[in-house]
Amino acid sequence: MFDAYTTAELGNIFVMQGFAGLSLFSVLLLMALGLAIIFGQMGVINMAHGEFMTIGAYTTVMLSTLTEQYAPGFLSYYFFFAIALSFLIAFGIGYLVELGMIRHLYKRPLDTLLATWGLSLIMQQIFRSSFGAREVSATLPDWLMGSWQPVEGMDIPLNGLFVMGLTISVTLGVVLFMFRSRWGLRVRATTQNRIMSGAVGINTTKVDRVTFALGCGLAGIAGAAFTTIASTGPTTGSLYIVDTFLVVVFGGAQSLFGTIASAFSIAQAQSIMEFFMASSMAKVLTLMTIIGILMLRPEGLFSIKVRK
Amino acid sequence: MSAIYRNLLGGRSGLIGLAILAGLILLVLPALLDIFRLNLVGKYLTYAFVAVGLVLCWGYGGILSLGQGVFFGLGGYCMAMFLKLEASDPQSTAIQTTPGIPDFMDWNQITALPWFWEPFNNLGFTLLAVLVVPTVFAYLIGLAMFKRRVGGVYFAIITQVIAAIVTILIVGQQGYTGGINGITDLKTLGGWDIRTDSAKYILYYVNALLLLGCILIGRYITTSKFGRLLLAMRDKEDRVRFSGYDVADFKIFVFCVGALFSAIGGAMFTLQVGFMSPSFVGIVPSIEMVIYTAVGGRLSLLGAVYGTLLVNAGKTAFSESFPELWLFLMGGLFIAVVMFFPNGLAGIYEKYIQPYLSLRYFRKRTPSAPPPATAKRSASSSGGLTPSALPGATGRVMKNQES
Repeated sequence: MFDAYTTAELGNIFVMQGFAGLSLFSVLLLMALGLAIIFGQMGVINMAHGEFMTIGAYTTVMLSTLTEQYAPGFLSYYFFFAIALSFLIAFGIGYLVELGMIRHLYKRPLDTLLATWGLSLIMQQIFRSSFGAREVSATLPDWLMGSWQPVEGMDIPLNGLFVMGLTISVTLGVVLFMFRSRWGLRVRATTQNRIMSGAVGINTTKVDRVTFALGCGLAGIAGAAFTTIASTGPTTGSLYIVDTFLVVVFGGAQSLFGTIASAFSIAQAQSIMEFFMASSMAKVLTLMTIIGILMLRPEGLFSIKVRK
Repeated sequence: MSAIYRNLLGGRSGLIGLAILAGLILLVLPALLDIFRLNLVGKYLTYAFVAVGLVLCWGYGGILSLGQGVFFGLGGYCMAMFLKLEASDPQSTAIQTTPGIPDFMDWNQITALPWFWEPFNNLGFTLLAVLVVPTVFAYLIGLAMFKRRVGGVYFAIITQVIAAIVTILIVGQQGYTGGINGITDLKTLGGWDIRTDSAKYILYYVNALLLLGCILIGRYITTSKFGRLLLAMRDKEDRVRFSGYDVADFKIFVFCVGALFSAIGGAMFTLQVGFMSPSFVGIVPSIEMVIYTAVGGRLSLLGAVYGTLLVNAGKTAFSESFPELWLFLMGGLFIAVVMFFPNGLAGIYEKYIQPYLSLRYFRKRTPSAPPPATAKRSASSSGGLTPSALPGATGRVMKNQES
């Protein structure tokens, strides 16, 4: 299968496909981070997570339209505000959802799955009614267009680079938050032993609420990043939700580093295989490999022992 | 005789419930509806097979499978393959490059019938395949997952991924499966035209009777010792394991039964609707099937049938007149059922209507299904069977009977 290509071409293909894999990795990881926090730390299955991503994407698209209309000169900078705003809006809605729905279901994890699936249907229909069924895309700032050519025959798209940078900084932020802040300490304590955490004076209800909202906010950032590489429709989020869950489960639900590693391997495997076979077969092969590995290691790649 | 009455029919109240359901789907609906609407009801009832299977898996066994559409689809596809081969005889496909093979294969430049299609020329093999293929597939999944103690949420996600894989495969392998359109243009079953009105009536009745049969099997399972073990396993899996039972085997068994029921439903779907496509296999239909069970009541075999009928009737009615509202309603239904009525319609019936009825008409409450000795025990643990009831003498008796 490699006969038709020269070595140099093959090298370029691997780098370029590898980079395409990195872009996929970035989006997957951004989504999976939020999910890993919600599922891994709280045990809640949020099937509406994809829709929180779509909220972020629509926020970015709306902000770009507004900027274009009222302040065209501002177009180069609006994107940073879009990221912040996406986070805030998704955070706020996540906070309300936790308050109204999730907190009643903590003892029934399988039921959160069904209830949030219902929520995702409602949200999709809200998107469809308010933004139309057609896919929309944001106007990107000039500096995100085009590509970077380190050598002849190799094109690295700039928006992919940007998304990667964003992913790295968000991941760093999450790691710092979880492992170097008081809040993170409380979140981890609550995960490990809810009753004891309550006994030492941690307000676990509040921790849950903020953790859930934070996970949703991260999905919002993922949505903002998503607009730079694809257009957004009402059902965009639901296309990614199963993959994202798989990333979290494969990595080991309680481990942030596991999530990063599994997002990386899934994205790379898929995009490199995609070049050599039909993309549907690449996807099937990837998914089957993951299920096979999960069978051998049911707790995921990197699992932390947690007292139940 | 009394054992049959008690276990299979569920005592007096169970018998009455079953008789009402049988009367509704065998007499009332056929009398009230024209053949087009009745055919629709028949289609809904095929989903009810899945819902009944889910009551066993999810309500009793605690195994939430989000991939029941796979088994529904496998059963349906097995049936559709036979019907398609019969519909593509050399005369009617004479205009194709290769006559005698299904039309979609010809469109995809396939010149000979693939090997796995060959046996589907035989009706006996097909009927066997409808039952065996999905069950074996479920057995393999169960073996791989439950023996490794993958359960609960993880199992739900993995079944969802399996649903995704099967859908992608079916859509991707167009030449062998008919792709996204599925297998269409099905005409006859062994020379008998399934598109005529009389055939539709007969198929409706066959379907309804099969469904009632599945409910009886389900009821037999739930009232047997095995059913109690399932409940115990759902509530405290570890304790059952420590009592010396191989939990994985029980889970595999009940998962296979669920798959078998779904497959029968799928085959009946193909016969009544006249086609099968990947849109009944994937993640979304599979979750919708879970909601039928949830609405009807995850612990009630009869409730699951009513839930399926109601949700589907609602879906048809609303998507005909207000397509936009339907998703809101469906989503709201998911949330409302989970948050406020975890036991669905059956729960509402048991809580509000049954006490009223029994006060009014039966003077004293009708004795519930289990015999008096165990009734006291199950009454003391209204959330399900307490595991503490299991070890000791009862446990040993159970084990003897099962081995």
